[in-house]
Amino acid sequence: MPVFYGRDIASPLMLGTAQYPSPAVLAQAFRASNAGIATVSLRREGGEGQAFHSLIRDLGVTVLPNTAGCHSVKEAVTTAHMAREFFDTPWIKLEVIGDHDTLQPDVVALIEAARILTADGFQVFPYCTEDLSVCGHLLDAGCRVLMPWGAPIGSGRGLNNPYGLRSLRAHFPDVPLVVDAGIGLPSHAAQAMELGYDAVLLNTAVARAGDPVAMARAMALAIEAGQLARKAEPIEARDMAAPSTPLMGMAVLG
Amino acid sequence: MNIILNGERRQVTGPTVADVLAEIGLGTARVATALNGEFLPAGLRSATTLNDGDALEALSSMQGG
Repeated sequence: MPVFYGRDIASPLMLGTAQYPSPAVLAQAFRASNAGIATVSLRREGGEGQAFHSLIRDLGVTVLPNTAGCHSVKEAVTTAHMAREFFDTPWIKLEVIGDHDTLQPDVVALIEAARILTADGFQVFPYCTEDLSVCGHLLDAGCRVLMPWGAPIGSGRGLNNPYGLRSLRAHFPDVPLVVDAGIGLPSHAAQAMELGYDAVLLNTAVARAGDPVAMARAMALAIEAGQLARKAEPIEARDMAAPSTPLMGMAVLG
Repeated sequence: MNIILNGERRQVTGPTVADVLAEIGLGTARVATALNGEFLPAGLRSATTLNDGDALEALSSMQGG
């Protein structure tokens, strides 16, 4: 099971709290998923924030606040400070968005914000790309977890660059790695775990499914399957067939 | 005085941030605050006086991915 900044988490599934059809479905989906971590945001208090905070507290999971929607270092750092006080945690999922259409991270601003926050005692979970040098700079900045995207947030496209994600895993064998964003199907989540990732963070794939509770369970099972498969050392793919049934002892019939 | 509270112009009495939060019904609510784009820790709200035109943000826990 994943260990983030010295804290053991009971499940490799990290689940977002947005876009559910109702608070009750959100709570049921969390129970069905056994997720160990819930991501949340900070937004202007319009009257519903207090009840939502109680709902999240009652889930009994570890809370990971995000800086979603931030486009600059300043915005992200200020949001992180507000989140640390509000949620009473040094953990922050650091998002600094660089492009409106793809919501891809501004990796230059991300590295700078990560450096500032780490120096200030935060434990940063950077939403990043799978670029090796960017990830190296994030580690140099003090990050002890990396969260590369699978595909753009909410796109449900799965792992766009399995080669890059595999390469990242091989490059940083001891760093906890999380595929964050882009998951659409349980098979995508299983693939991330088969690649040796420590956890998967997803939201839309569950919250916007026709039956979020059933999809939450499906994701949990897929993640468990992928994790088991990784430990079981899968065979290498090959181009030519290799008969699994022995030829020895076969009768001559033709 | 007139301030921008969570993006909307609003007339408040104040004079401190803590006074304004109480005035708008958030006196006992759990919120995080920022004044003119800078984080304002909870412990400084009573000692921080607002000026005309200040932008105050009061945030709370919301859905997030």
